[in-house]
Amino acid sequence: MNWIRQKIDQIKEPFEPGNKLEKYRPAINALDTFLFVPDHTTKKGAHIRDAVDLKRTMITVVLALIPALIFGMWNTGYQHFTQLGENPAFLEAFLHGAYKIVPMIVVSYAVGLGLEFAFAIMRGHEVNEGYLVTGLLIPMIMPVDIPLWMVALSVIFAVLIGKEAFGGTGMNILNPALTARAFAFFAYPTYMSGNKIWVSEASNVDGISGETILGSLAANKEVTYNAAEMFTGVIPGSIAETSTLCIVAGALILILTKVGDWRIILSGIIGAAAMGLLLNALPSMGVEGNGLTNFPWYNHLIVGGFAFGIVFMATDPVSAAQTMKGKWIYGILIGLTAILIRTLNPAYPEGIMLSILLLNVFAPTIDHYVIEGNIKKRKKRLDMKSVKTA
Amino acid sequence: MPIDVKIKKGLKLNLKGEAKNSIEQAQKSKTVALRPSNFHSLVPKLVLKEGAKIKAGDEVFFSKYSDKTRVVSPVSGVLKEIKRGAKRKILEVIIEADDNIEYKDFGSMNPLESESSLVKERIFSTGLGIFLNQRPYNIPANADDTPKAIYISAYDTAPLSASYEMVLKDKAEHFQIGINALTKLTGGKVYLGVDKQSASFLKDVQNVELITISGPHPAGNVGTLIHETEPMNRGERVWTINPEDVAIIGEQFKTGKYNAERTVIVTGSAVNENNRKYFKTIIGSEVKSFLTDFEENSRIISGNVLTGEKVESDGYINFFSNTLTVIPEGNEYRMFGWVPFKDNDIHSASKTSLSWLFPNKKYDVNTNLNGEERALVVTGEMEEMMPMDILPMQLIKACMAGDIEKMENLGIYEVVPEDFALVEYTNTSKIEAQEIIRNGLDLMITEVG
Repeated sequence: MNWIRQKIDQIKEPFEPGNKLEKYRPAINALDTFLFVPDHTTKKGAHIRDAVDLKRTMITVVLALIPALIFGMWNTGYQHFTQLGENPAFLEAFLHGAYKIVPMIVVSYAVGLGLEFAFAIMRGHEVNEGYLVTGLLIPMIMPVDIPLWMVALSVIFAVLIGKEAFGGTGMNILNPALTARAFAFFAYPTYMSGNKIWVSEASNVDGISGETILGSLAANKEVTYNAAEMFTGVIPGSIAETSTLCIVAGALILILTKVGDWRIILSGIIGAAAMGLLLNALPSMGVEGNGLTNFPWYNHLIVGGFAFGIVFMATDPVSAAQTMKGKWIYGILIGLTAILIRTLNPAYPEGIMLSILLLNVFAPTIDHYVIEGNIKKRKKRLDMKSVKTA
Repeated sequence: MPIDVKIKKGLKLNLKGEAKNSIEQAQKSKTVALRPSNFHSLVPKLVLKEGAKIKAGDEVFFSKYSDKTRVVSPVSGVLKEIKRGAKRKILEVIIEADDNIEYKDFGSMNPLESESSLVKERIFSTGLGIFLNQRPYNIPANADDTPKAIYISAYDTAPLSASYEMVLKDKAEHFQIGINALTKLTGGKVYLGVDKQSASFLKDVQNVELITISGPHPAGNVGTLIHETEPMNRGERVWTINPEDVAIIGEQFKTGKYNAERTVIVTGSAVNENNRKYFKTIIGSEVKSFLTDFEENSRIISGNVLTGEKVESDGYINFFSNTLTVIPEGNEYRMFGWVPFKDNDIHSASKTSLSWLFPNKKYDVNTNLNGEERALVVTGEMEEMMPMDILPMQLIKACMAGDIEKMENLGIYEVVPEDFALVEYTNTSKIEAQEIIRNGLDLMITEVG
């Protein structure tokens, strides 16, 4: 281990302050700190520090994404082959998916991290680890057949406009991964919605149709999948959103490690269930409703991108509400609006992306009122005091 | 009935290197140092020149803005050296101590039978007032104020801290007299916080409002006690004082002598076990007069690991410190240290390490930052370490932005840096929370006063 360290120190020599490559230090540091936690000691304040750091936190999220990602790779192949009437072996299906998805991940990381490094060098700060998660999330929420250059363009938009324009990691208003998806969604709608994009090569091969469940419901067609299939995720959809089972596994990792806030996840589910129940009750109130509103409320929780969004996107601490009470309100509103958009807006068969982005925008407002509550309590105390002494 | 303060939020840090419960007389410190920087915001005006002969209790310097804020010599001897820094700023006043301390005689006084104004006059004119700190801002108390209450916490919940039962063992009488004197300084109450579990004499102290404390650190912080009893509002003043200093005041009232005795606990995993105990010494003594056996490549901290200040082995202990902690420096690389659930022998309050499964395990800590400073990303973790009804992240951001109105609204008057020590310790982004709060408070001093 010591010789590795010596070797790295040798390589880093030209990047040390005062040497000619000094301004590229953040880049070399980012690589170095992935091998070694640096020898930095505390300078001010507390002399000891917790073992946790942002790298560890972000890697935990990546770990939580792995089950859904692996399932997504397999499901991509499985959907493709079964629609062609074949019965693929696990490995065959998985390799087909990996062949499609790994290049997307590579493009996303290469383009995104390239930009992150460039900004770190330009602004002279260390590379933040946030993109490790964003870069994996972006391919996971795309349809599988999206061209790689669109992935690249979406990443550029998300990093430049969604994040760096606001000042970089920790300052962004919108979740960067959803910004990327929203960009692709509105810039290239034919690649992002419709009936022919959700199963690998559906647009080239006539035998494949592969509508999503929400798509069929919106078109008032019968759904041929049962609840077990919806829950395990053997259905068409964006790459990693389909398996509620794997998402629940990821959610458990996030909640147990406290990296993702359980309040947001739970309140999001409560909100969605409440809206689902309300819509289900429409016929008894004399309103006819449509295929989506009559879709049982519990099924709303396990189809489409709702589970993935509420677990991995809504819990992004930077773009979510930051106060404890605020998180409850934020989560419930995401749940309510996600199902509302999904069922009542014919243009968008899925609502979770837009509802999270919408609430991202309102999160500071929610926090503002929670903070005002804290301030009012303090002011009231002061007023009581001055009344007493007056 | 005592007031019961029970805290749930916070963190009990169990560290290796606890000291034995025994007190020993330290070697005589050949010199002692008074450092103006120990009294935040105090700009010193020197009374004496180098070479002057002084007694214990003689004035050495006072505050440029209030001549009643005086610092007196803890020993008798010769003023040996005035160390200055940039712009001739006074860093240290070094006094060479006599073999036998000669005390200035202030005469005795029974505070209970004396006029309040006389008691106050005596405390501030003889340099005892410097032991009193003012909230908000944690700066020396202003003799012209009358605080709404005085707070003493005799239960230090910080890691490896001294037990006041040990420190005040033979000083019960002086402590009581000191309390009696303090009651004359405020129109309100004198609060004394004690460990709820303990059965010491501290629970029988008269003329105080007793607070029994339970829960993890920062339960014993004065700030927590104030928040739970009479929270600070804008424009209010509260004074705080350390328990042993109360005894010094008491002794001076009784005997007329300023006996600046300080009981220091020497602790931490980098000190040899034989050296880990309590020492009786003098305020501002040389570290080497009681720290004799410790490992190389370690950090000596005057104070505890969360809030103390780094000192050198040939340096001096800080004026208010009764703890000297020595821990190993952490200037080592750690391969793949960021992998979750790896290196569980390093304590973490976060659940990305398995260390939470062993709440009673004692940890060997070092000074490694365990990561690098990053943008603030994670939310919710600061709240877990903040028992007060204060939004810690929002207050920190307001301080960083220098938004005075917001700082005031979010409760800046109720906190001092030490209340954010655990926030700083557990923070994922490794921000310097205590310094941010200190800078915020300093901004308030200049803008609001």
